[in-house]
Amino acid sequence: MGFITRKTAIVGIAELGEPRATHKTQFQIHAEMAKKALEDAGLTLKDVDAYFSSCIYGYSIMPAVILPEYLGIRPTYVDSTDIGGASFVAHVGHAAAAIAAGMCQVALITYGATPWSSGQAIGTEGLVISEPPYQFELPYGPTVVGNYALAAQRHAHLFGSTDAQRAEISVATRKWATMNPNAMFRAPITINDVLKSRVVASPLHVLECCVISDGGGAVVVTSAEQAKHLKQPPIYILGAGEAVSHDTMSQMPDVTDLPAKYSGEKAFKMAGLKPQDVDVAELYDSFTITVMVALEGLGFCPVGESGNFVSEQRTAPGGAFPMNTDGGGLSSCHPGERGIFLVIEAVRQLRGGRGPAQVPNARVALAHGTGGNLSSGATLLLGND
Amino acid sequence: MAEYLKPIPRIDVMSKTYWTGTARRELLIQECRHCSHKQFYPRPFCLKCGSENLGWLRASGRGTVHTFTVINRNLQPGFAEGPYVFAVVELEEGPRMQTNIIDCKPEEVKIGMPVTVVFQPVNENLALPQFRPLGQK
Repeated sequence: MGFITRKTAIVGIAELGEPRATHKTQFQIHAEMAKKALEDAGLTLKDVDAYFSSCIYGYSIMPAVILPEYLGIRPTYVDSTDIGGASFVAHVGHAAAAIAAGMCQVALITYGATPWSSGQAIGTEGLVISEPPYQFELPYGPTVVGNYALAAQRHAHLFGSTDAQRAEISVATRKWATMNPNAMFRAPITINDVLKSRVVASPLHVLECCVISDGGGAVVVTSAEQAKHLKQPPIYILGAGEAVSHDTMSQMPDVTDLPAKYSGEKAFKMAGLKPQDVDVAELYDSFTITVMVALEGLGFCPVGESGNFVSEQRTAPGGAFPMNTDGGGLSSCHPGERGIFLVIEAVRQLRGGRGPAQVPNARVALAHGTGGNLSSGATLLLGND
Repeated sequence: MAEYLKPIPRIDVMSKTYWTGTARRELLIQECRHCSHKQFYPRPFCLKCGSENLGWLRASGRGTVHTFTVINRNLQPGFAEGPYVFAVVELEEGPRMQTNIIDCKPEEVKIGMPVTVVFQPVNENLALPQFRPLGQK
């Protein structure tokens, strides 16, 4: 067991639940989510001594400085690790370590972004940073979808995975979204619908790509000891791991050797658990291929076998591997970096309040964030007993 | 000549030799004089052994398609006109680089396809290495 195992718990969560939030700014979302998550915990901003966030869209400024100002707090422990979508999953692990080490007591993690209402096309804009090493990439026209498509082509080449197999993920995730009133898209889709949707960057179809929505959320972490005296049943942090491997695609090792392998290994070892101990999984789903390689890297199936694994709707409601139970990025919400929603949904499942979308007897949940261009991974194992 | 709308690489101290090479239609990669490791893109030291004793090797220009995608949608100027192939090519010397596959129909591109470098003029300082199927004129 790791040093931090069961020493801390998630005690408060909040989610905006408005994929089309035209009347809110991103700072406003951060602040409203902070207040709501602290209320959920039975705490206030005055109790917070540690603050985490990753980035502010459109501004190259210090998130761990400007957001505390906006919130009116003066934390004495901060972390603005930005590894893309995985950031917030990593923040929970960092918070757990800091609290366990006695460096802070109450950690607040917040996220908010409004790409939908500001008309940003997150996955298909050209990448506009001109610093090295991007000078060897930008002249050739990469896009985020394109980068993930490179991985999907590679996976198909190495293992024979098919468009239809990847489409199973889109269909299954949409089924979960039908049970989430806050999901952006809730009408059921079929494999055929996915395969007929426009190819954005071959082989990825539109319905294999996450939505672009507004959204936000917050998570509060504190010591297991303090958690006993607060409002909600504590959701204990059992294990955490993270890994970074590359950014530009020429530097990616291969789809068989990605951060999930390393972050997962660390988290499972720390928690003293194995993949078969996980009752519900929330895996970052920027694209279908993101999920495929995460399933393999985390050890839920052998490398190369994720196509078979997700077939016959295994990850759908009623299936043997409940996954992305809020409708994920593919159907529910994706404002740019959606790691926080993985944590929020995992906590909700373990608290037991998900109604028709509740995974029965859920005791252990796994949240895995993927960021950048399959560049980073952060894995979190949570438990309710 | 049509206006060049794509991002123009920013030449810096570390990349100068590489881009100057492209102006001469040479594809230069770093070769470690200590351990023979070949790498791209240029770094201040060998990523394998750490030595700062790096030389430059003129690559043959031949390689294979490691992976690719046909991008149908990119809103950025210079790429908005229609489908193009974005790819990672593995040079026969070992290192991989991002590029476009040109001079063939996008649907003809396959992983493992042999390709060879061609240099697309950009300005008087540099040219952009692109790759086309080997054996094609």
